[in-house]
Amino acid sequence: MATLIDRRLDGKNKSAVNRQRFIRRFKNQIKKAVTEAMNGRSITDIDNGEKINIPARDLSEPVFGHGPGGRREAIHPGNKEFVAGDRVARPQSGAGGGAGGGQASNSGEGEDDFVFELSREEFLELFFEDLELPNLVRTQLAKITEFKSVRAGFSSAGNPANIDVVRSLKGALARRMALAAPYTRRLREAEEQLRQLLAEPPVDEGLAHELMEEIEHLRARARAVPFIDTFDLRYANRVKQPQPTTQAVMFCIMDVSGSMDRARKDLAKRFFTLLYLFLKRNYEKIEVVFIRHHTVAKEVDEQEFFYSRETGGTVVSSALHLTGEIMTARYPTSSWNIYVAQASDGDNWHHDSPACRDLLLKQIVPFVRYYAYIEITPDRHQSLWEAYEEVKEQHPHFAMRQIDGPADIYPIFRDLFKRRVS
Amino acid sequence: MSSSRPIAESSEWTFPMLERYNEVIGRIAAEEFRLDTYPNQIEIITAEQMMDAYSSVGMPLGYKHWSYGKQFVLTEKNYRRGQMGLAYEIVINSNPCIAYLMEENTAMMQALVIAHAAYGHNSFFKGNYLFRAWTSADAIIDYLLFARNYVAECEERHGEQEVELFLDSCHALMNYGVDRYKHPAPLSMREEKLRQQERETYLQSQLNDLWRTVPVRPSEAAAAVESRYPSEPQENLLYFIEKNAPLLEPWQRELVRIVRKIAQYFYPQRQTQVMNEGWATFWHYTLMNRLYDEGHANDGFMIEFLQSHTSVIQQLPFDHPYYSGLNPYALGFAMMSDIRRICQEPTAEDRYWFPDIAGQDWLKALDFAMRNFKDESFIAQYLSPKVMRDLKLFAVLDDDVQEELEITAIHDEAGYRRLRLALADQYNLGSREPNIQVWNVAHRKDRSLTLRHTPYNRRPLHADSAQEVLKHLHRLWGFTVRLETVSEDGKVELIGECPAAKGR
Repeated sequence: MATLIDRRLDGKNKSAVNRQRFIRRFKNQIKKAVTEAMNGRSITDIDNGEKINIPARDLSEPVFGHGPGGRREAIHPGNKEFVAGDRVARPQSGAGGGAGGGQASNSGEGEDDFVFELSREEFLELFFEDLELPNLVRTQLAKITEFKSVRAGFSSAGNPANIDVVRSLKGALARRMALAAPYTRRLREAEEQLRQLLAEPPVDEGLAHELMEEIEHLRARARAVPFIDTFDLRYANRVKQPQPTTQAVMFCIMDVSGSMDRARKDLAKRFFTLLYLFLKRNYEKIEVVFIRHHTVAKEVDEQEFFYSRETGGTVVSSALHLTGEIMTARYPTSSWNIYVAQASDGDNWHHDSPACRDLLLKQIVPFVRYYAYIEITPDRHQSLWEAYEEVKEQHPHFAMRQIDGPADIYPIFRDLFKRRVS
Repeated sequence: MSSSRPIAESSEWTFPMLERYNEVIGRIAAEEFRLDTYPNQIEIITAEQMMDAYSSVGMPLGYKHWSYGKQFVLTEKNYRRGQMGLAYEIVINSNPCIAYLMEENTAMMQALVIAHAAYGHNSFFKGNYLFRAWTSADAIIDYLLFARNYVAECEERHGEQEVELFLDSCHALMNYGVDRYKHPAPLSMREEKLRQQERETYLQSQLNDLWRTVPVRPSEAAAAVESRYPSEPQENLLYFIEKNAPLLEPWQRELVRIVRKIAQYFYPQRQTQVMNEGWATFWHYTLMNRLYDEGHANDGFMIEFLQSHTSVIQQLPFDHPYYSGLNPYALGFAMMSDIRRICQEPTAEDRYWFPDIAGQDWLKALDFAMRNFKDESFIAQYLSPKVMRDLKLFAVLDDDVQEELEITAIHDEAGYRRLRLALADQYNLGSREPNIQVWNVAHRKDRSLTLRHTPYNRRPLHADSAQEVLKHLHRLWGFTVRLETVSEDGKVELIGECPAAKGR
């Protein structure tokens, strides 16, 4: 009377849809939790998933229920010392257990957080949501343009994977009808003649025989028309259309001079890691140029940028020089969106700061879409900040922020790359 | 019979072994104990699938909704952290009766679960009057499928968000979407679909008389002002909304109906928790012992079984830090076993308390108890002094007009009746849930809907959640909704309004 069914191989993610809906529904709360969570983690595990806390009351589903109060008689097990008529003090609410246990479920005042885990993908997506590179525009068709394959009718040549069966068979049918037409027409006539001949009793044996042979012959000819011919084949045709693309390059300039102590370097690296992660995730095609500088600037690769330990004095203009050179040499503004992010402790050789300002004003800022400068210092600003402030006054797309400690990184990052409604 | 060999020697299970267990248990259940069951469909699933089943409240096919996602996330988290074990089984009140068994269970657990779900719960679903009257086991899977497709269709047409928000509102009133007295006819999928289409076309063409704006003759108008609508208070809020809400689209009415039907389907389960679990636990206990007696199970099997059985029916005392109320398994099992004891070995006390069943055929007595009661009446009828003594029950009166709590009754001669009554009341849905009914619709005025709460033992409504529910109700009704409460002396007080009235 029973059926045993093994369902273990059936899909197991039946609830995935509902989970997605849940996340979408509480996006705001989750996002807030994500941002809070970011503040507490080190850069190495930024790439992992995260446990998310949401206050439980935000996602409760309300129903009519009883509040505390009124008269209720509750039954509890395990009596040891009570006899009828005993009076006991009312337990403090939330004391749990005891004689008040029966009410705890009714009051529904639990404020426990609702904790669950987001996957890495979900986490990053939420974190980087609403962020973008400011002022990004479609530049002209780039050198190596991106192509998009679009349908363009049918062709008589192509590769077998693209054969359009319906088209080909339609062609074949038409060809068969056309090529067999003379035979079938004569065949019909001959058959008609034969029928008439046989219908009238004195049959001319010779003629009848001749007709039959002809019919045989015509049928064979009609049959000989091939069912399908290479001539019939049609292929779906696709052509590639060039697509305009956005090309962007990000210059990451990091100060690694001796005045940047370990903690500051760590902060700068965190900032750039975040930036790098963001760019890689949200922009398919983006180039990143890494520049490290102390007294001299050097273009380095990712590995060296984040892990090299070279250090020295500080001449910020060296990095700006190099940036300007690379820009003119490799990234013409006609086809590139250029971004610069610079991190420094603001401690510069003070004769160099005016030079930095001039370099920025003349060679860099007019050609970039956005320039973000972060100064990592808990102290008061030095000459570089003042020089940069002059730049900022002239160019609205030049942004500068100060980072005091690890807690500032994420808010400032979000602030710098917030999606702007233009 | 003791010559038969144990079905399993190890704790690994195999399909032939499960078939054998099912065969033997089924035979004992049907022949020896005369359990009447639906045919069984036993499905083996993985832990992940069990979590899926969990989060859709045991519905094999639920429509999509975020709240199930929330449930899933919660279950998943608890399970992953090892804070909770998953249920060993889930059983669905359908015909054939579907029981899910988890792959991870040991051979003993599988046998236990087969006895518990496929024969215990199954026979309860088939026999108990509430299930017979309110659910149609033949049609439920079809109906759930219909509901799921319909919701999906609505989402396509009207947007996921809109449908989801609307369902939220329906869910808020789900417990008030139940008919307590009328009996719905069972429906099959095809009929349901047909009727849905009919309803849709008909309803919209027949504009509800309630909202007629054609001028009425003075004499009629005078009569209309006097009459209240509905003429009698209505307790099924969702039904009232489905039929009378002025602004709902046909598809929205249908969604209200779907939520209402599903609430109705679960209504008996909410009223028979103690009985249902007690019955299933009693039978797995009896059946497993029988397996052992007949030599189908060895000692190791039994020890493992008893270990698991005792943890299921464990009842912590009230002062234990993990105490969380009466365990329905413990109470139900104790009562069911006690009925058997009263029949087989009645004491003088039992003969005084239960003259009808003392010394009678225990199978018949148990069967009668299973068929004709719900938790409330079952406890009122069968809770014996012995069970009260064994569980050391006592009653605590918490009255907000008194300074202190009072112990009103304990497990002694003077207290039995009061204890029994109070415990029965504790399982009465009518006293657990606030009594809220549709009182009036100002159909000639601002079309506002007034609900009336009649407190039970002066228990007030939980104010915050009531306010939230009113918002949901407002979404469904479309016009102002008010909530009044009637105090004991008959004074009516407005306790909630949505949208909040201006100038107050």
